[in-house]
Amino acid sequence: MLRLEPRRQPSKTMRWLTPILAVAITMVMGGVLFAAMGQNPFAAIKIIFLDPFFHETFGPYSRSQLLVKAGPLILIATGLSIGFRAGVWNIGAEGQFVMGAIAGGAVGLALYPADGIWVLPLMTIAGALGGMAWAMIPAFLKIKFNTNEILVSLMLVYVAYNFLAAMVTGPLKSPDGFGFPESRSFTAVDSTSLPMVYEPLGMHAGVLVAIGVVIAAYVMMERHLLGFQIRLTGESPRAARFAGVNPALIVAVTLGISGALAGMAGLFEVTGPAGKLTTNFPVGYGFTAIIVAFLGRLNPIGIVLAGLLMALTYIGGELAQLSLGIPAAAINVFQGMMLFFLLAVDVFVNYRLVWKKEVK
Amino acid sequence: MTKTLLEIKGLSKSYPGVKANDNVSFTIQEGEIHALLGENGAGKSTLVKMIYGLVRPDEGDMLLHGQHYMPHKPSEARNLGVGMVFQHFSLFEALNVAENITLGMEHAPPRAELNEKIIEVSNAYGLPLDPNRLIGDLSVGERQRVEIVRCLLQNPQLLIMDEPTSVLTPQEVETLFKTLRKLSSEGVAILYISHKLDEIKSLCDHATVLRMGKVVDTCIPAEETARSMAEMMIGGELSMPTAREFTPGKTLLHLESLSLVSLDPFGTSLANVSLELRAGEVMGVAGVAGNGQDELLLALSGERPTDPSMIKLSGVEIGGMGPTTRRALGLLAAPEERLGHAAAPDMSLKENAFLSARVRQGLSKSGFTLFGKRDDFAREIVEQFDVRTPGIDNAARSLSGGNLQKFVIGREVLQKPTVLVVNQPTWGVDAAAAADIRQALRDLAASGAAVLVISQDLDELMEMSDTFAVLAEGRMSKPRPAAGMSVEQIGLMMGGNLEESANA
Repeated sequence: MLRLEPRRQPSKTMRWLTPILAVAITMVMGGVLFAAMGQNPFAAIKIIFLDPFFHETFGPYSRSQLLVKAGPLILIATGLSIGFRAGVWNIGAEGQFVMGAIAGGAVGLALYPADGIWVLPLMTIAGALGGMAWAMIPAFLKIKFNTNEILVSLMLVYVAYNFLAAMVTGPLKSPDGFGFPESRSFTAVDSTSLPMVYEPLGMHAGVLVAIGVVIAAYVMMERHLLGFQIRLTGESPRAARFAGVNPALIVAVTLGISGALAGMAGLFEVTGPAGKLTTNFPVGYGFTAIIVAFLGRLNPIGIVLAGLLMALTYIGGELAQLSLGIPAAAINVFQGMMLFFLLAVDVFVNYRLVWKKEVK
Repeated sequence: MTKTLLEIKGLSKSYPGVKANDNVSFTIQEGEIHALLGENGAGKSTLVKMIYGLVRPDEGDMLLHGQHYMPHKPSEARNLGVGMVFQHFSLFEALNVAENITLGMEHAPPRAELNEKIIEVSNAYGLPLDPNRLIGDLSVGERQRVEIVRCLLQNPQLLIMDEPTSVLTPQEVETLFKTLRKLSSEGVAILYISHKLDEIKSLCDHATVLRMGKVVDTCIPAEETARSMAEMMIGGELSMPTAREFTPGKTLLHLESLSLVSLDPFGTSLANVSLELRAGEVMGVAGVAGNGQDELLLALSGERPTDPSMIKLSGVEIGGMGPTTRRALGLLAAPEERLGHAAAPDMSLKENAFLSARVRQGLSKSGFTLFGKRDDFAREIVEQFDVRTPGIDNAARSLSGGNLQKFVIGREVLQKPTVLVVNQPTWGVDAAAAADIRQALRDLAASGAAVLVISQDLDELMEMSDTFAVLAEGRMSKPRPAAGMSVEQIGLMMGGNLEESANA
């Protein structure tokens, strides 16, 4: 009979090696998956991980997409990691992402075609508030009725999707859009278009904000009282209460921060890469960011690296779709494997597998 | 003619940075009650864990009945006749006695048969138990019986007991000792760990003394005094708390009909607890665990707010205030549970110092931690309270129970509180460390603060309290001078007979 036995002293080094190991296993198992689909696994893996950097024709474009895609992932994952460290499980960043884009976008559309450098900051604030407000629903229900924030925040994602569909076919539909379910283009007007800071790397203003947020999050978690209280709540809720931490406040603050950052990411997405509100602008960053947060070990620097890696699989995945005809679903499976194997490897870091005969 | 039951030969076990056991050898005879003495961190736990199959030794060998004995896991040890009763019970409160016992068995008999056996064994050893009662409804003493009966059902030849009496009333201790003596007369050997040297003196046949992982002495407890055994353990002279003149000052803490509903389904609600605690006073609150001690601490620490007027600190109504404000005003607390309540297990000592000392010691400025000041304070605690740890970067979890307790008490005492409330300040702490902690608490009172000590250890309360009260079923007796009370009197009060105090 196979059994798991807890290890007395899980290795610290292994904790940091597990993400790398998980990526390696994902490559192998992904290869098996692609082979089963009749593809050359080596070619597929090479396309996903190397071609975005080195391919002669696609390289330049792919390289510029890396930060475009990593930016929102890092922004959202940083917010999520703050909550995760307090033991507050916000799974609905995708919904907050959508609601932030709608709220911020609506402000931009209301002001259309106003000119001025204050328009975009105003939209960003509205986006953050929109995402935060959406996250406050599970926070309020948890504090007031002790509901499970995982379920509530997750279900609100689907509410947000439908709200988006209603908005782009209703109040926010472009008057000049020939009836298509989409808003006016934000990128067509300078004042509502996210400025590009460095084109070849795809570094738009949102990426700069993400970097700033990562640094701020690091400082807050390591040096500020709030970060201490968040960590303490996650480590030991009773000790936190003894220390004078108000658990309801931590729930509200962590959900609020992660919602605001997701909302901000949503706004950056529609004012930049996506260009406008459509029913299919959300491509799942809110969910992928959960993987990024864990792959990065809930640590700001780890999250930056993990965000870049996940962005790579998005871009490489698109290339693989393009050149090999691998379906998008297979790429999603590939990304999901990464979290799966991370958790699996984690189990083996904390436990060891032993073979034991049944004692009679 | 006694025969050797267990022979331990040169056991050694190292953990990173510390040699927990170094070439430990001794023997246990059949039917012998053998005491294992030593300070916290002397290696007692590691040693018994090796005997019970929880830890594998690096070196050395053990012989059980002359046969090689090296269990890989507790179930193997149990099958070979070695049972253990832990200091912390592993019982599920929402299950009944029989269900809990079944959980520990590999091949449990049918329920009816088991129930019969439980009743039979428990009665035979003077530990009556009803197999159908919920653990949550049992007193701590009764819970311990469940643990002991669970071991006895396996017909052990060696029973290891870790601090069994620390949670019992004097009457319960007597019952337990009768059981142990009966077991011993039937040939069952008992390896007995306790910090209560008087008990060891009256109960144990032999004692092995450990210090820093080594066997430093053996003795026959009956021929020693508690003091001489304590000195063997620490390898030096024991400092006993000095007697103190007590002249009460003005009232610092005033509880008026304090009532608090327990949130724990098996907890005890506080009902109309009133007392006045004066400057310079150490008040002892005795009682069997689970009679409202935890609730009293939560109400005083501010973790459970009450009506503002129920708690007054120097005349200020603080019942509605949270822990941080109370700390700022001078009311500090040290909960019973060190890991997970008083301290966060995986955080460093630095961060744990910050945990409760931030406000009073000014360890942060506009929300940002002052790392230098925080580390200095952590270092000060470690130095002044002789906390044995490789450094303040170590996690709270890595400290032995006694050392962490010294850290927790030191953290509160060094903040110079007006009123300090402590729950079980020396639970599971060795004699020398316990003496230090008691002395520190008395010094604090001598400096003009008031100290409320909640404890189940009567000797401790008798030794250090100026006034004395009993908490039973959430109600508190009228505090009275400690001088002149007998242990028997208090024991009866702890059992719920609060009138004893009114009549006496």
